[in-house]
Amino acid sequence: MTYRSRQALLATLVSCTACASAGAPSPDAAHQHGTEPVAEPAADAHARHAAVQPHAHHGHVAELPATAGPGYTVADVHFMQMMMGHHAQAIVMSARAPTHGASDLVLQLAQKIDISQRDEIEMMRQWLLERGQVVPTDEQMLAMHMPGMLTPEQMAQLDAVRGAAFDRLFLTLMIQHHEGAVLMVDELFSSPGAAQDSDIFRFATDVAADQGDEIFVMYRMLDMLAATGGSRTP
Amino acid sequence: MRNTGKPGRTRRRTTLAVLAAALCGATAVHAQDVTSTLDDPRVGLRAGAGNTAEQALMHMRLVSWSPKPAELDSARGLTFINSDLAFRGDLVYQGNFSGFMIWDVNSPARPQLLNTTVCATDQGDPSIYGDLLFISAESPRARIDCGTQGVEDGVDRMRGVRIFDVSDPRNPRLVKNVQTCRGSHTHTIVPHPTDPSVIYIYVGGSSSVRSADEMPECSSGAVAENPNTADYRVDIIRVPLATPEQSEVIGYARIFEGLAPSPGRAGVPADEAPQGRAAFGPRGCHDLTSYPAYNLVAGSCGSFGILLDASDPERPRRLDAKSDLNFSLWHTAVFSNDASKVVFTDEWGGGTSPRCRASDPERLGGNTILQIDDDGRMTQHSYFKMLAAQTDQENCVSHNGGLIPVPGRDIMVQGWYQGGVNVFDFTDPDNPVEIAYFDRGPVDAENLVVGGSWGAYWYNGYIYSSELSRGLDILELTPSEYLSENEIAAAKLVMMDEYNPQAQPQLEWPAAFPVARAWLDQLVRNNGLPAARTAAIDAALTTAERASGSARAEQLTRLATALDADAAGARDATRVRGLAAAVRQLAAASEQDQ
Repeated sequence: MTYRSRQALLATLVSCTACASAGAPSPDAAHQHGTEPVAEPAADAHARHAAVQPHAHHGHVAELPATAGPGYTVADVHFMQMMMGHHAQAIVMSARAPTHGASDLVLQLAQKIDISQRDEIEMMRQWLLERGQVVPTDEQMLAMHMPGMLTPEQMAQLDAVRGAAFDRLFLTLMIQHHEGAVLMVDELFSSPGAAQDSDIFRFATDVAADQGDEIFVMYRMLDMLAATGGSRTP
Repeated sequence: MRNTGKPGRTRRRTTLAVLAAALCGATAVHAQDVTSTLDDPRVGLRAGAGNTAEQALMHMRLVSWSPKPAELDSARGLTFINSDLAFRGDLVYQGNFSGFMIWDVNSPARPQLLNTTVCATDQGDPSIYGDLLFISAESPRARIDCGTQGVEDGVDRMRGVRIFDVSDPRNPRLVKNVQTCRGSHTHTIVPHPTDPSVIYIYVGGSSSVRSADEMPECSSGAVAENPNTADYRVDIIRVPLATPEQSEVIGYARIFEGLAPSPGRAGVPADEAPQGRAAFGPRGCHDLTSYPAYNLVAGSCGSFGILLDASDPERPRRLDAKSDLNFSLWHTAVFSNDASKVVFTDEWGGGTSPRCRASDPERLGGNTILQIDDDGRMTQHSYFKMLAAQTDQENCVSHNGGLIPVPGRDIMVQGWYQGGVNVFDFTDPDNPVEIAYFDRGPVDAENLVVGGSWGAYWYNGYIYSSELSRGLDILELTPSEYLSENEIAAAKLVMMDEYNPQAQPQLEWPAAFPVARAWLDQLVRNNGLPAARTAAIDAALTTAERASGSARAEQLTRLATALDADAAGARDATRVRGLAAAVRQLAAASEQDQ
């Protein structure tokens, strides 16, 4: 992936922050690349725990077209397409930290998540392109509703808070978000014949490990915030 | 090729503040944002596959480059990338995601490929013990028959540790597939403390638990609900060396108990108590480094660096665990030779992402250096990262390495994927300093084609680097202001019969003049003794070297006694005592030579 396209994605994702929080993908976005229309995310609020239940996304979003190929299955392709959307939301969430009065600790975490998930989106995009598979558009990514992803209401709640309240909600919602990613990996591994491609196996395993551990770290940060009353310098 | 005698830009060191350690054992190093530098000869190197990319070297030279064999060079992506190294005699065992290679490096300038074994693994980390080669297999595509066609029926799947008999290195023979519930990403040899006929293998990896259809004893879930869960544990394999076909998983260690935040604890409302996997801590360890001389094992396990007492290898006991909010994936550990320090690496992003760009902070994706006290408690000191800015086309993050045996100093060589190989001194745990490097431009100018150094290790005088896409590189250190000719000569005197980087050997130096002179050079470099005194010691060593037998022994004994007196008032008494010990060792050897 070239530097230029990376920058373009960055610009798009940041500029799409508003539309993501409103839960409204641009009207013509779903038809780019000749793909199937993507359903809007469910408008009703998902309870936080319901959001990470298996198969919560089924019925809410049409899967993009995908075909099997040498060494990979349809489930592998769907995993990459859908994880791109999952990652895109984490970038949108992280972009709020600098503008919502996050503490240094949360700012640093948001920076780390932003860098990580941006790189991984590019890796997934490249993997799909090399195999001639449909790559979701930025708008399609932001319209997906995979396990753990924030509902428009949750995104609005995050938008409405500042400072220590933001720290707390950001961590809580990012934990929910990451739990969904770990669940997506578990579903992939339980799909027959999936994850035998070396790139997908490595990536999916790393997602589960990295995000699983980041969940753990975020619980610790919530602890630290609770202990310091949310002050900016723990 | 660029070659420069100048070090990279002087680093600003990080200021440390341990945050909330008392709260939950989590430390965070509060760091100034040090990012990569553009002011370095490694920046902007021309891309190229194989050995065609532009190179930058400091205080190193490339002795040889050997391309991958065709059988393991047939695809992009990760399917055929090289992985880790193990060493025995003149042979180097090089892992690959689809098999392994055995090289004869008797002539480092011209390595000979003795064997290429194709056998799908992901990731194929090797260890050698006598004639047995152990290879990690983790992927769902890995097969019991080594085929590369993938797995349709679970009975054909092999996730665990393969054991090959390599008594004939040209014809490795598979003698056992030790199946484990989560496969083996990495593995570590832990010798039995008293029984030389047995070794143990600790299995690293955090992959998912396979289905009970494939292995009836495998199940997942929380420990509280399923005491036999294959998650949240480290599997232990026992290998009877005379009958390796009887190797088996004999148990596991639940070394994460009590690390997790527990639901309902103070300050956390019940509805925000940890759910799912997070409630139970790390699922496993990425890898573990054993240091048998001290019965220690350092586990790099999820968001923790864990120190274990492995005096009883079947029942390792946790001594301490450290967490750091900046560390994403505790990856690998290297002990200092005296086990008073440990370097942990963070493979932020798993090694396939570019994490050494000008915008990437030092505190993410590098190393951290901790001190270990006598009770096995660890204290975090500093971060260290290769700071020459790399491009978007270069996957780069902290990866594997090992010690360079220079007496009196803690020096490590390490691979940073496409960030190249570097050498740094962490004798002062607060001020690690880079002292040598080797880097190539990206594999590809346009796309991120995964490559670079998986791991770089010193073995019997040379640095061996396993290049993911390019093959095998062999490097040699050259003298500099940071590392003298005597120090390199002393390092070259340490000869090992066998070396598995994840099973760290204790370094011992023979009685030899370069060893004493290495200590002396260090005292000159750091003004540990007055210049007049170091000059006199130098002269005394030269005179003794010309003498022989008991005359030499007498002179050296006299010098050692004088050094004892020097130590009392020296600026660097520790190093003067190190020199005195080396001189005494020489005196004793001279006596015996008669």
